[in-house]
Amino acid sequence: MATTIFQRPESMSDTVTHYCPGCTHGVIHRLVAESLDELGLRERAAGVAPVGCSVLAYNYFTIDFLEAAHGRAPAFATGLKRTRPELIVFTYQGDGDLASIGTNEILHAANRGEKITVIFVNNAIYGMTGGQMAPTTLPGQVTTTSPMGRDVELAGWPIRMRELLSTLRTPAYIARGSAHSPQWIVRTKKYIKKAFEYQANDTCFSLVEVLSTCPTNWGMTPNESTKWLADNMIPYYPLGELKTPEEEDANVKRMISNP
Amino acid sequence: MAKKLMKGNEAIGEAAIRAGAMHYFAYPITPQTEVAEYLARRMPEVGGVFLQAESELGAANMIFGGASSGKRVFTSSSSPGISLMSEALSYIACAELPCVFINVCRAGPGLGGILPSQGDYFQAAHASGHGDFHLLVLAPATVQEAVEHIMVAFDLADKYRNPVMIFADGLIGQMMEPVDFDAIKTSEPADHSDWAVTGAKGRPPRSISTGSKRTHSTDDRHLVKTLYLNPADNEKHNIHLAEKYESMKAEVRHEIIGDIDKATILITAFGTSARVCKTAVDQLAEEGIHTALFRPITLFPFPEDGLREAAEKKNVQQILSVEMNNGQMVEDVKKYTRMAKPIHFFGRQGGIVPSPEEVVEVVKKLVK
Repeated sequence: MATTIFQRPESMSDTVTHYCPGCTHGVIHRLVAESLDELGLRERAAGVAPVGCSVLAYNYFTIDFLEAAHGRAPAFATGLKRTRPELIVFTYQGDGDLASIGTNEILHAANRGEKITVIFVNNAIYGMTGGQMAPTTLPGQVTTTSPMGRDVELAGWPIRMRELLSTLRTPAYIARGSAHSPQWIVRTKKYIKKAFEYQANDTCFSLVEVLSTCPTNWGMTPNESTKWLADNMIPYYPLGELKTPEEEDANVKRMISNP
Repeated sequence: MAKKLMKGNEAIGEAAIRAGAMHYFAYPITPQTEVAEYLARRMPEVGGVFLQAESELGAANMIFGGASSGKRVFTSSSSPGISLMSEALSYIACAELPCVFINVCRAGPGLGGILPSQGDYFQAAHASGHGDFHLLVLAPATVQEAVEHIMVAFDLADKYRNPVMIFADGLIGQMMEPVDFDAIKTSEPADHSDWAVTGAKGRPPRSISTGSKRTHSTDDRHLVKTLYLNPADNEKHNIHLAEKYESMKAEVRHEIIGDIDKATILITAFGTSARVCKTAVDQLAEEGIHTALFRPITLFPFPEDGLREAAEKKNVQQILSVEMNNGQMVEDVKKYTRMAKPIHFFGRQGGIVPSPEEVVEVVKKLVK
């Protein structure tokens, strides 16, 4: 008798996505969908799509989905979660959406401890609009608005959102995973599922940053892209869980003991 | 219940609660901060939600998210803050979600001043944000009327699945007047279960087979979206919105004060300006000068038929628009009366509220 060992999650729709070859959105969508299924949250879930390549994310999930204005998903999610706390509300945002136009919204949603889950897809570039520099673009990285490579004198250094948000005092779960290798896809799935568990238990704000490839705008093949991510992004954006709600505020303790 | 003496801003907050709006997301800004301060104390008392957002931008987007849930949500702000909400208003109108926005208008442009003004008329009635959309706009002239409008606004928002704006000003927000909440009847919040985001419980997951076609899904999930990349779909949606705004004409309201059949000067004014002009009409009548005041109560849809009828009266020789701005509603007056009579404008700006005596002097000059 045949046993199903792998299938499309119930929370994902049976449709062909529009994403580029080698784009990791498809993988990350699946990790979110599997987590929702495994935790039995599909019927309570509401996703908030960003402006970016994943603006059409609602076509790929079988849950209630909403479209927010660029960067505003965390504020949108706050409004939705505060009016219907029984919903499992998550945002799915790219680096322009979250780290550029939306920094104020994500900072304050995290700081207020909104019980939402944020999936932050970091591919160091603006995908949908054709490859411009993002706040997460690496020094020297060539983009259409940094044609000579990102100059830190002009544009500053890339922003590490996992680290930035982890300095906040309010308890949260904040982790960075990656979708470039099977091993890290499995680990990132654990982070994402854990994030949704925290929301299901009404514990805290949760955010999982996922390093991703963008072969089209990086000007590489999918295989070259995963290698580039491993060699260049991971050293600057270290992987792992940085903040969990259980531990005491390590940053504040450190600051107090070493003024 | 007896009338209660209340500050306008506080009455505004209480009115929303009486209408069953239990979720308020806002940001402090003079001259309406008391709405937030009142609700910060009052919402917990009634089991509602008060949240001070990080900015008006954040607040407006929280309204967008909250409205998606089908529950009654509202915010309040003042001119510079309303500008920050423009983006969200466009999205909310496109997504057809019910909610209420209150503008306690102050002097502009820019940071401007904190005193009353009507400088946001164009913004409220014609240019609330990008794209072809409209808010339903009500302009109260007293605290009691503001309370009535807010309580009715939620019903209107539900009826049309549209954001409704209450166009008040700093005078209404700050002054204290007797308020009677019980005099106003409202309906039960409408059932929005056919579209509200409540989770896909009991609705089976559906396959959206698009093949090579990118089609907008019509499955039984509840989507809140404003992106219509396909031009034909987009146009269809715009036509639908336009038809809705046309149907909103059923809500048009105005008031005429004074004897319209004797008036030689027709004064047009809304909100606080109208209140001032009402006194001017009485003072002029005492001096034997016959005027009438046409007061639009809905700024959108504008009471164009009522205005035209009043303007075309044989006895009306001239029209005077009195506003606390540099000439905004007067443009609509010109448009809707088709310039049937000479139209004049008198305005004060900077936060200055005209006095009835000033209006009387202007009218006397016209009559000469």
